[in-house]
Amino acid sequence: MRRFLIVVSMLLLLLTAAVATAQEEEKKPKWPGVDETVVEKYAKELGREARAPFFDTDQGDLLLFLFALAGGIGGFVMGYYWHKVFVAGKKDREE
Amino acid sequence: MKSLRHLLPLWAGLLLFPRPVFAMHISEGILPAGWAVFWFAVAAPFVAWGVRQINRRKNADPSYIPLIGIFGAAVFVFSCFPIPVPVAGSTAHPAGTGMSAIFLGPFASVVVAFISLLLQALFLAHGGLTTLGGNTFSMGVMGSFSGYGAFRLGRLLHLNLFWSGFLAGLTADLVTYFGTSFEMALALHGTQPFLSVLGQIYLAFMPTQIPLSLLEGAVTGGIIVYVQKHRPDILRRLKVFGEAAS
Repeated sequence: MRRFLIVVSMLLLLLTAAVATAQEEEKKPKWPGVDETVVEKYAKELGREARAPFFDTDQGDLLLFLFALAGGIGGFVMGYYWHKVFVAGKKDREE
Repeated sequence: MKSLRHLLPLWAGLLLFPRPVFAMHISEGILPAGWAVFWFAVAAPFVAWGVRQINRRKNADPSYIPLIGIFGAAVFVFSCFPIPVPVAGSTAHPAGTGMSAIFLGPFASVVVAFISLLLQALFLAHGGLTTLGGNTFSMGVMGSFSGYGAFRLGRLLHLNLFWSGFLAGLTADLVTYFGTSFEMALALHGTQPFLSVLGQIYLAFMPTQIPLSLLEGAVTGGIIVYVQKHRPDILRRLKVFGEAAS
């Protein structure tokens, strides 16, 4: 019985530590950008903090949508002109 | 270079699944008003001269416009595309201005960087409007001119195209982050020694930026080799081989 209690206590302790670590990890986002880890960190240490953007699109999934849109449009423009120069343009030169 | 072509759909697919992570640019409000205005004033002549050069070159050579389309979009996408660096546990993005400076010219590359940074500040909460001048100077002016200079130096030293491009991409990336550190240290060092603050900030970028700059160098070198194989006339027009413009 005593051994059982010790094992359960140890397991509970480990579980608590694991949960605490998980909560801590949730607070600190994984893969932060260097703007957070360097630019904003040093600015704060030197007495200056970043303010919210004038056009704050960082609201829910709006920013995700805008990044997807920007990536899609940028990728399309690049692909369109890439084709024009390296596929159609190359054929034109060969003819 | 066939492998590069096969990788393009994969890369294009990745663009459809981005994550809103911010990186390198100086965030809104970090530069005090005086410094924000100063960097706008410093960057403005480069942008104005770049606009003039783009107009002149596109009138002289209509095939310049598609190049602006490719490398303008590339700078925009590269500079808001966070790449995770496992050794540092953080993400950052390439600048792309070394590559655009080689193909468009350094002044035109500044314009492309300015437009990219403006769009990112307006719509992507990335960088900032008050720090637009500072970010244009570091990524646009310092990135483009250092990348272009490194490429020309590589050619002078008789490095082949890949290694000249590699040098350009690597230098543009590292110098861009040096510019960011320089602007921050200059504006915020206060009573601390300027060089000490500059060193601290720049060194803090290095664990993320060294691997990324090597990647940017390899991509820049790879693209130049691709262009040499498929459209060597473009490089001849750009006088990369030291020949007269056709």
